Amino acid sequence: ARSSNSIGAGLIAIFTKRKLDSGMLDDLEDVLIRADLGVATAARIAQIVGKGRYDKNVEIEEVKDILATEVERVLGPYAKPLDVDTGEKPFVILVVGVNGSGKTTTIGKLASQFSGEGRKVLLAAGDTFRAAAVMQLRIWGERLSCPVIYREQGADASALAFDAVKAARERGDDVVLIDTAGRLQNRAELMAELDKIIRVVRKVDESAPHAVLLVLDATVGQNALSQVEIFGRVAGVTGLVMTKLDGTARGGILVAITDKFHLPIHYIGVGETAGDLEPFTAREFARAIAGIEG
Amino acid sequence: MFEGLSEKLSGIFDTLTRRGALSEGDVNVALREVRKALLEADVALDVVRSFVDKVRARAVGANVIKSVTPGQMVVKIVNDVLIETLGAEAEPINLDAAPPVAIMMIGLQGAGKTTTTAKIAKRLNEKMKRKVLMASLDVKRPAAQEQLAVLGRQVGVDTLPIIVGQTPVQIAKRAEQAARLQGYDVVLLDTAGRTHIDEALMQEMAEIKAASSPHEILLVADALTGQDAVNLAKSFDERVGITGIVLTRVEGDGRGGAALSMRAVTGKPIKLLGAGEKMDALEDFHPSRIANRILGMGDIVSLVERA
Ligand SMILES: Nc1nc2c(ncn2[C@@H]2O[C@H](COP(=O)(O)OP(=O)(O)OP(=O)(O)O)[C@@H](O)[C@H]2O)c(=O)[nH]1
Ligand SMILES: Nc1nc2c(ncn2[C@@H]2O[C@H](COP(=O)(O)OP(=O)(O)OP(=O)(O)O)[C@@H](O)[C@H]2O)c(=O)[nH]1
Ligand SMILES: [Mg+2]
Ligand SMILES: [Mg+2]
Repeated sequence: ARSSNSIGAGLIAIFTKRKLDSGMLDDLEDVLIRADLGVATAARIAQIVGKGRYDKNVEIEEVKDILATEVERVLGPYAKPLDVDTGEKPFVILVVGVNGSGKTTTIGKLASQFSGEGRKVLLAAGDTFRAAAVMQLRIWGERLSCPVIYREQGADASALAFDAVKAARERGDDVVLIDTAGRLQNRAELMAELDKIIRVVRKVDESAPHAVLLVLDATVGQNALSQVEIFGRVAGVTGLVMTKLDGTARGGILVAITDKFHLPIHYIGVGETAGDLEPFTAREFARAIAGIEG
Repeated sequence: MFEGLSEKLSGIFDTLTRRGALSEGDVNVALREVRKALLEADVALDVVRSFVDKVRARAVGANVIKSVTPGQMVVKIVNDVLIETLGAEAEPINLDAAPPVAIMMIGLQGAGKTTTTAKIAKRLNEKMKRKVLMASLDVKRPAAQEQLAVLGRQVGVDTLPIIVGQTPVQIAKRAEQAARLQGYDVVLLDTAGRTHIDEALMQEMAEIKAASSPHEILLVADALTGQDAVNLAKSFDERVGITGIVLTRVEGDGRGGAALSMRAVTGKPIKLLGAGEKMDALEDFHPSRIANRILGMGDIVSLVERA
């Protein structure tokens, strides 16, 4: 039926059990490639789905379920909430990523969540580079009644981060969220700045930052692998947040990323308002990748 | 990864000692590797398929030039089809209309619309001596209007004064009026980011278009975009009819396959490239450069060209 274009044949193909063959596995692989898993990971997962099921009669819905289960199996162990109650006070979170991925907005959402849970939160406007980046974070601070440490555009970001952690310690805050300017991972001089921010923050608290979150845009394709690798190496990323999953991109690159880097995935962003942050759940994510509705 | 492709392709063909026409079997083996390479470069699956078919049609039976290997020959054909698909002719921004000429910027959240708006304004102002006005229609993202105002001061281009509480359509109308009354040549309209499945915001975008009759509607998109590139380009184009594409973040280490996807599904030209956060980081589009990035085999291509 695969080679036929008639609607009737298509329907029959969907509603009749078919023998699982290489054509069907190719179709599955395509589903995964369209979700940005990349060729190698897509092929590997399709192969696992085929294993032991060759020539058995299956329905396409059944196969999709198996597919989702395989993806869930990869991601499941890494779906971990971000724990800020480790006894560190303040718990210092540095937020990093490429330009426009959603760092500042994610900080607003996290601040909303943490203060909603009764924690005292301080925001640090560490993006001293981009036009009106400071003002963007200050508006989030006002909305949430969270204080914001900031300096004028062009100021030294590491000095600002130092001030913020020090202030949080003096004020007895529970969490500090440090925003940073977006940067592409192949810009060595900008990556060196991140390293400097971390070194300077450690002058206030040797154990800080306690979490380094890399914010990934779900729309981005294979380049996300390089983002995780290089931000991971330079900034010591401890966990991931994936934004913009309210669009049509599925963010399947997370599967390849997890295969390779084994980093916890904490949250997903599903919109632009304070409430649009959800814990990452492997099952839901996997079902969306496999194209299972609901 | 791409060094790998070039090795694999030569490897496949090096086993063939004979010269002459490329056989269908040889070509199919090579195209399997090409397909993989294009997908790794983030070219969308459906675009890869039709692309590979096109290459196959041209390669099978093609005569191999004496001094190159069949593998190198296929690479050259792939490269040529890539450039054709990307649009061989450069198409600059078109200002050929009665002033004030409106240019509307649209795209997903965080794609680089505001930054690109200011970059284009600077270029039109400095290189083409146009009197330019910028207006931010983004009433949604915190400090979006201020961002454009700051950039306007940086590049020495006027921005429409901010009036809090106006809708995007009202701002668009006010911008047109101000531009007309104050003798501006061009008015650039920066809009809020939106996902193409957000019906309310897509409707708003259509209303902005109706209110401002833009001469150019530029889709700003991240060069690092993955498979979703086709969905977003198609949706924006179907809804308002884009006149061109601007790719941002091309200075990243991504392969930029999204360029091919978006051009192929919309048929609309890529007009400009954003290559950095700075205001002068705006480049003209050169298809051969993007083709070289996607394929990563510029050496082989020039070798065949010289042969
Ligand atoms: N649809 C959607 N939009 C988002 C999400 N997260 C952030 N955004 C939007 O994406 C755009 C960029 O977000 P920012 O938070 O400014 O991104 P950033 O990483 O701080 O950007 P730079 O500081 O410029 O590098 C804004 O328009 C946000 O509203 C999300 O989960 N879904
Ligand atoms: N590296 C790089 N960064 C860019 C480029 N173009 C824009 N940016 C950055 O990308 C981020 C987002 O750019 P904006 O211009 O705010 O994007 P936008 O599309 O207006 O975002 P929203 O209005 O929130 O939808 C900023 O940090 C910009 O500095 C580019 O060509 N290269
Ligand atoms: Mg930011
Ligand atoms: Mg903007």
